[in-house]
Amino acid sequence: MSGHSNDNVSSKELWGGGISPYSVSYGKMMMWFFLVSDALTFSGLLVAYGFSRTASESPWPIGEQVFRALPGLDGEYPLIYVALMTFILIVSSVTMVLAVEAGHRNDKRGVVRWMLATIIGGAFFLGSQAWEWSHFIHGGGGMFTLAKEVTVTDDHDESHILPKGTAIYMDHHFGALAEPYNDGDKSVVLEEDHGHVKLVQYGEHTHEAELHDLTINKYVVGEAHIHGDDAVKLWDAREKGAMVFGANMSENEYAIQQTYANFFFFITGFHGFHVFSGVVINFIIFVMAYRGVFERRGHYEMVEKVGLYWHFIDLVWVFVFTFYYLI
Amino acid sequence: MERDDLIVNDSYSLDAHHSEEAGVKIRKNVYFVTVLLTAITAVEVAMGIIFKRAETYTWEAIKWTFIILTLVKAGYIILSFMHLGDERKTLKYTVLAPYLLFIVYLIFIAFTEGWGHLESHTLYH
Repeated sequence: MSGHSNDNVSSKELWGGGISPYSVSYGKMMMWFFLVSDALTFSGLLVAYGFSRTASESPWPIGEQVFRALPGLDGEYPLIYVALMTFILIVSSVTMVLAVEAGHRNDKRGVVRWMLATIIGGAFFLGSQAWEWSHFIHGGGGMFTLAKEVTVTDDHDESHILPKGTAIYMDHHFGALAEPYNDGDKSVVLEEDHGHVKLVQYGEHTHEAELHDLTINKYVVGEAHIHGDDAVKLWDAREKGAMVFGANMSENEYAIQQTYANFFFFITGFHGFHVFSGVVINFIIFVMAYRGVFERRGHYEMVEKVGLYWHFIDLVWVFVFTFYYLI
Repeated sequence: MERDDLIVNDSYSLDAHHSEEAGVKIRKNVYFVTVLLTAITAVEVAMGIIFKRAETYTWEAIKWTFIILTLVKAGYIILSFMHLGDERKTLKYTVLAPYLLFIVYLIFIAFTEGWGHLESHTLYH
């Protein structure tokens, strides 16, 4: 198993000098110490997130309502993509354990094979995270605010009195044309015809989107859909020129405050940066293993040390996933 | 240059080997832990999808279930995947003590201050 850790050595001898009191090599011990400090950094970030959220006066977005898209598909798949990312990272952690285990048997081919699998898993995670960021920035159709109070009935026949300034969310087909229309793009025209509102973009290809579905409370408790005449009523009561799409440096469609979006980018970005550095380091060690450096050295402890860093990354993600997306 | 991963008379790195048979058993344990972690994650995701926050009266219970499941996952990753369970007790405590001491307190103080902040905002505009 792990060398001398289970040996019966007296306390006096252990701490008497000349040997490692933890019965591990210098490099492994320092990697553990670094991981402890890095974990405290991430804990600081997550605690700051907890504080900001508890102290937040406006409603905090709900994870499964913000993250419900899958790349290339149209429907709603709450949390599925994030679950897939978590699974990819866990699997890459497993392949890393198997690489370390192969190293303990001096199985060079095994080490190379499993490290390659880990690198590929890490690369997939990074690509997925990049898509998540891009989708978050792009938004799910944008929103406008009401210029006056409106009363509507939703899909479940419940009546809502919406005060001035309420955020009304558009679906992404309509929102995709509403954005250039809001920006003053002359190629997009608003057409009204027997109570049907349409946005049409003329050009080489004509795109059109009809106003079907508006949502209130899209990202918080009490999400409801408005259709038909009531939807047109909301559209007519909109505050002109005050639409928000996606997320940028000054505003976002997910909440009134910027805190939610800020923490999303900071925490997942800091974590993603660790994954990126982990993939780079893994690749370097992979090449070294392939070229026989560790075979000549007689042990694969470098793989083990780098494995510790990779597992740490997975560990942090487990916590980020729970506290940011689930709770 | 002196190799610093080979401590004189004691080579922790060179001795960390195991045989092929021991390897089979170890791999089986790794696969078991993998299935366990995947299953726990699947349960967490299913709960996340089914239970909407604050719309169920048992949200506190669900929240704590998430936290406990996450701690179980973290425990398996640290003790099994990172092999901390196989290390000396002193190293185990050196690594885990900061969490049990600092983090628990940090979490407590963050929520206490957060609530205080919110209350002071809503009471004294």
